[in-house]
Parts: sequence; C-alpha cells; structure tokens
Amino acid sequence: MAELMKLQVICPDRMFYEGEVSMVELNTTEGEIGIYPKHIPMTCIIAPGVLTITEAEGLKNAALHSGFIQILPEKVTILAEAAEWPHEIDVDRAEAARGRAEERIRTRDSKTDIARAETALQRAVARINIIK
Amino acid sequence: MASMRDIKRRKTSIQSTQQITKAMKLTSTVKLQKARARAEQSKPYFDFMYETVNAMLAKSGNIKHPYLQAKDSGKTAIVVITSNRGLAGGYNNNIIKLVTGFEVPKEDTLIYTVGTKGRDALSKRGYEIKADYSEIVEDPIYSDAQIISRDLLEAFEQGEIKEIYLAYTFFKNTVSHEPRRIKLLPVETGEETSEEKSIPMNYEPEEEEALDMIIPKYITSIVYGALMQAVASENGARMQAMDSATSNAEEMIDSLSLLYNRARQGSITQELTEIIAGADAIS
Repeated sequence: MAELMKLQVICPDRMFYEGEVSMVELNTTEGEIGIYPKHIPMTCIIAPGVLTITEAEGLKNAALHSGFIQILPEKVTILAEAAEWPHEIDVDRAEAARGRAEERIRTRDSKTDIARAETALQRAVARINIIK
Repeated sequence: MASMRDIKRRKTSIQSTQQITKAMKLTSTVKLQKARARAEQSKPYFDFMYETVNAMLAKSGNIKHPYLQAKDSGKTAIVVITSNRGLAGGYNNNIIKLVTGFEVPKEDTLIYTVGTKGRDALSKRGYEIKADYSEIVEDPIYSDAQIISRDLLEAFEQGEIKEIYLAYTFFKNTVSHEPRRIKLLPVETGEETSEEKSIPMNYEPEEEEALDMIIPKYITSIVYGALMQAVASENGARMQAMDSATSNAEEMIDSLSLLYNRARQGSITQELTEIIAGADAIS
C-alpha cells in the first residue's frame, strides 16, 4: 500500500478538500509537478490548471485557478483563491470565456491587458479540460 | 394628569415601534448566524495565509522588496469598513471615532470606504474619499476583496500612498465587537514562531518573485477576512441595539399601562363623586 500524506485545499469561503492522499498533481508557474509523500519542504505559486488528487479509493479531479501551495514531507496545503469540482463547472460559460479570451489575444492592441487575457484563457482551458 | 386618550395613543405608538424593533432583531439574528458561519469558514484560509507570509518574511528579513519598505512621500490610505444602514447602536460611530482619532492629520489621508455610513460621516468631516465600495457590504464575496486590494496596490506602487491601514470591527463573539485598526502595507515583519524555525523552506520561484505574488493575495485575504468580520459585527451590533430597544419599549408600555389604569380609576371616582353629589343635591 502506498504511503499517505495529508492534503488540505483551502478556499477563502470554504474548506475545499481535506483528506489522506498518496499523490497530488498540479500546475505551478514553473511547470507541472507531482508530489508524493516525503517531498522536500517547498512553496510554489499555482498556475491555472487541473488538480489531480490520488486517494486510496481512486482519482479525483478539480479545476484550480490561483493561489499557492506549501509542501511539507507529511502535509500539503493548497491555498486556492478559487477551486471547483467538475460538477460545479458550467461548460457553456467556460467555452464562451475561452472564445472571448482567444479573441482578445488575437486582436491585441495597446489597451489589451495580455497577461490578464492569458490567465483568463488558462482558466477557461482548465475548466474545459477537467470535464473532458 | 394626561387624559386617558392621550395615554392610550402614546401606548399604541410605542407598541407599534416595539413590533418593528422586534422584527428587526429577529432578522438581524438570522443574518448574524449566516455572517458568523461565513466568517468562520474564511478563518482557516486567513490563518494559514498569515502564518505562511509571516514565516516567509521572518526568514527573508533582509529582502529588499517594495512591499516591505516604508516610503517617505505619499499619503496614508485608510480602508474604512462600516455599514450601509443605521440602527446598529455604536457600530458605525466607533469606527468613525477610530478614524478621526488617527494620529495622521486628515489632509494627509485618503479614505477608501466600504459602507455609506462611514463615507457620509467622513466626507462631512472633511476627509478626502478616494474610492467607495459601499454596494458590496451587504454580501461581500472574495472577488470584491480582490478589487479593493488591486486598487490599493496600484496606488501604492504609483507612490500615491505610502502606507495602508484598515479600520474594521472585529467580531469577538455575539455580544462583543471591537473596532480595530491594522496595518496592511508595508507589511510588518512578525516574530517567527519556534515551530516554523525547524523547517527550511524552499521557494520556487525565488523568494522575491514569490513575495511579489503572495503579498497581493495576502492583502486580499486580510481585506476579505475583515469584511466578513465587519458584516458579522454589524448584525451583532444591530441585534443588540434592537434587543435593548425592544426591552425599553416594554418598560415604557408597562409604566404607561399603570398611568392609564390610574387615570381610568381617577375618572371613575370622579364620575361617582359627581353622581352622588347630584343625588344629594336633589334629596
């Protein structure tokens, strides 16, 4: 049986997830990472993407938007500004948001906030990916 | 002695006021429960954020970062959280007193208000209101706090303001709320707790870059936490104010009933005396 560590995903308005897990995968600003128990202590910034939690009973997916993660050997804590389970996501809205963001990036002018449009696109893609 | 009719009219008027205060007390009780639950749910996020940022700062005390350094020029910003509605006892007044009692003269302050009561009172006293977010105070959500902190950080980076304070009411428990003032920026480096000292933490990206991203989130979470606390306090204060108003009305109604009965008794006695006197005169 795989080793377990404690995972907490905390959102401003709720405790999103709390439990014993054997692996966590997510997107950080430095790239995608997977964390097993006994990881060295580390703090990373989260980039929008899919959060995959491997529990004893199986996999769980969620969309994770921004925040940071603190990794300790026995315990991982994710402070997320926003996180969603697949059933909470509105696909049509996400598709529409993706369209809007792509449009903004394509027709870029001096007024467009490219960084913002890009995170919006990333968020929309994360939401869509998780449902598929 | 006032006539029976006058007393009765007064009594009915107080009774209808009492009905209103009673109803308001009930609604604020319900709202308080909701607000308190939300304040409690936001607490773990806030606590953890605070812990992490403190640990980071304690460890990286010699980092030169604009968010951590005091500036010489610029004004002092104060975020003032009050309510949009009155009848909450001293709730709004306590916060306004806290702001007016501030050591920085009002010419050097910029006020960001959440809540119309605070906005009106402070602009009347001659403070400069930089921005107003009153419409969010009824039901604050996290993105509202994000907007406020984004505006604050923008002004801070442009050098318009040199420090940021937050004035809000801390919700201790249902009956006691405490007006508080905390400093948001520049971030004060707190004492390191012994527990964290043992863990050497790695940062990815580098600490300075990580601070750049975490501190705005930290400010947002403090603003959000303060909003939650303030909403709970507002409803708590209103509940208490309405509770005492209801019991005051009860007292007044009691004493007026006594007066009314006495007046009624008096008029009966007088009528009797008149009848007897009349009968005596005839016989």
